[in-house]
Amino acid sequence: MEVTEQERLVAILKERYDDQVEKVETIQEFLTITLKKENIADIIQYLYHHPETKFQFLTTLFAVHYPDLNQIAIVYQLHNLVSNQRLRLKVYLPIENPTIKTLTTVFAGANWMERETYDFFGVNFEGHPDLRRILNVEDMIIFPLRKEYPLEDQTREDKSDKMFGR
Amino acid sequence: MAEQTVTDQTSLEEKRYVTLNLGPTHPATHGIFQNVLKMDGEIIISSEPTIGYIHRAFEKLAERRPYNQITPITDRMNYCSAPINNIGWHMTVEKLLGVEIPKRVQYLRVIIMELARITDHLVCNAVIGVDTGALTGFVYLFQQRELVYEIYEEICGARLTTNVGRIGGFERDFSQKAWDKINKFLEEFPKVLKEFENLLNRNRIFMDRTIGAGGINAERALNYSFTGPNLRAAGVDYDVRVAKPYSSYEDFDFIIPVGTNGDVYDRFMVRQEEMWQSLSIIRQAIKNLPEGPYHAEVPEFYLPPKEEVYNNMEALIYHFKIVMGETDVPKGEVYHCVEGGNGELGFYLISDGGRTPFRLHFRRPCFIYYQAYPEIIKGSMLSDAILTMSSMNVIAGELDA
Repeated sequence: MEVTEQERLVAILKERYDDQVEKVETIQEFLTITLKKENIADIIQYLYHHPETKFQFLTTLFAVHYPDLNQIAIVYQLHNLVSNQRLRLKVYLPIENPTIKTLTTVFAGANWMERETYDFFGVNFEGHPDLRRILNVEDMIIFPLRKEYPLEDQTREDKSDKMFGR
Repeated sequence: MAEQTVTDQTSLEEKRYVTLNLGPTHPATHGIFQNVLKMDGEIIISSEPTIGYIHRAFEKLAERRPYNQITPITDRMNYCSAPINNIGWHMTVEKLLGVEIPKRVQYLRVIIMELARITDHLVCNAVIGVDTGALTGFVYLFQQRELVYEIYEEICGARLTTNVGRIGGFERDFSQKAWDKINKFLEEFPKVLKEFENLLNRNRIFMDRTIGAGGINAERALNYSFTGPNLRAAGVDYDVRVAKPYSSYEDFDFIIPVGTNGDVYDRFMVRQEEMWQSLSIIRQAIKNLPEGPYHAEVPEFYLPPKEEVYNNMEALIYHFKIVMGETDVPKGEVYHCVEGGNGELGFYLISDGGRTPFRLHFRRPCFIYYQAYPEIIKGSMLSDAILTMSSMNVIAGELDA
């Protein structure tokens, strides 16, 4: 039986990091692999250099907050521009201490993506050269894209709309 | 531009440098960008960009809005080519819903998206001309942009923030007046573009000014996740329209221009050639335009005609549910990307089955490639830094979301 590209990719990953792989699934034709958080930077480095995968383009990096699970998921989307293959990696972090290794050692472009993720979710990227807020003001104390911060309630009555109209 | 000399406490070594605040509002940066430059004479030693001045929390806003109300958010990102953002978002939702889109709608979308690409590149290239001191081309090209905006007006009623189309297709078919305007544009624009090219392409002053300025090689560009014309100028032929065709782009015959040096001149030339290719795609789309409906059958998301709302119970219910945003969307997780004016514009949508997205992430090409700006301008002149910024086509709305 012929091995598909995706199966081959999973095999390559499991060859070295079998114990790190938690779940392999295909969501809307998009190969998604859930990994443990410890070695994520090493795994991406491995996929970057491996002659058969060569995922040398980071499409995007962002976070999702799941309040029911008390977890924050970091999603990495990698792309091999030569074979036009895409791969999505997911890592779940506990909400109390969301810490993960930085990817700036592999991709220079991860710098601002990680800063944005820190800015909105408070994910601490270990080894990041310049982990500051990027879009929000520096003295902000919350991480606004977490689900516990709702948008302002439009029905509230304690604010006067005499001057500005709401 | 405020100038400020360094204080006495700094070492002698440091004393030679001048700190210069370029921005936040400076006429040459075409948007709200701040760069704190450390300068030795006219040479830039280092720079520190600050962004977020027009951050409007789109990703958070989207978590409270029904799907059709997110469309107007998207056109406030890259406002130079808003229709691409709108249609990209519609296609993302259609992908989640699994809607089959009629061929005619796909072709009409291609026409609109390519018109938007032309306006985007046109603004960028005209501004490169202005920053090198050639104001004439800018005036000529902006007159043509006006023609495209009149086409938008005829199709959706708006000019800059278009909100064009609906989930499933278009709100109305193109009128005869719209077709007349498209044909008029197709007839007039090539002449003006040719004239613009005669003005700049082989102009000695322009070439001396732009060749070798603000260059980045392919390896660094890929490492910085560049996409779009900026990546292609560096010599990598990655275009989403070819790599992962959407909206029937596989039916059209066009080439992907690439540069070699990734400098200002190459970016200019890549955009210039892409405008010609876009014109060719629009002509092909008009020539092969299939007959059929101008929207797909998605009653849960596409507003019924007004007469039916008054006379048909079902239509009334759908109308009410769409307007009030009470339609539940199936659970799912999709990533859809389109080739925006600046590169791969991605929408990552997670739905938990409610009326609004659980999480919506925009992959904004501007945000990702602007971080390479300090590296690119390091060691160059201040005037080249201005030129580099306009040739990278950094759009403040897309940068800050």
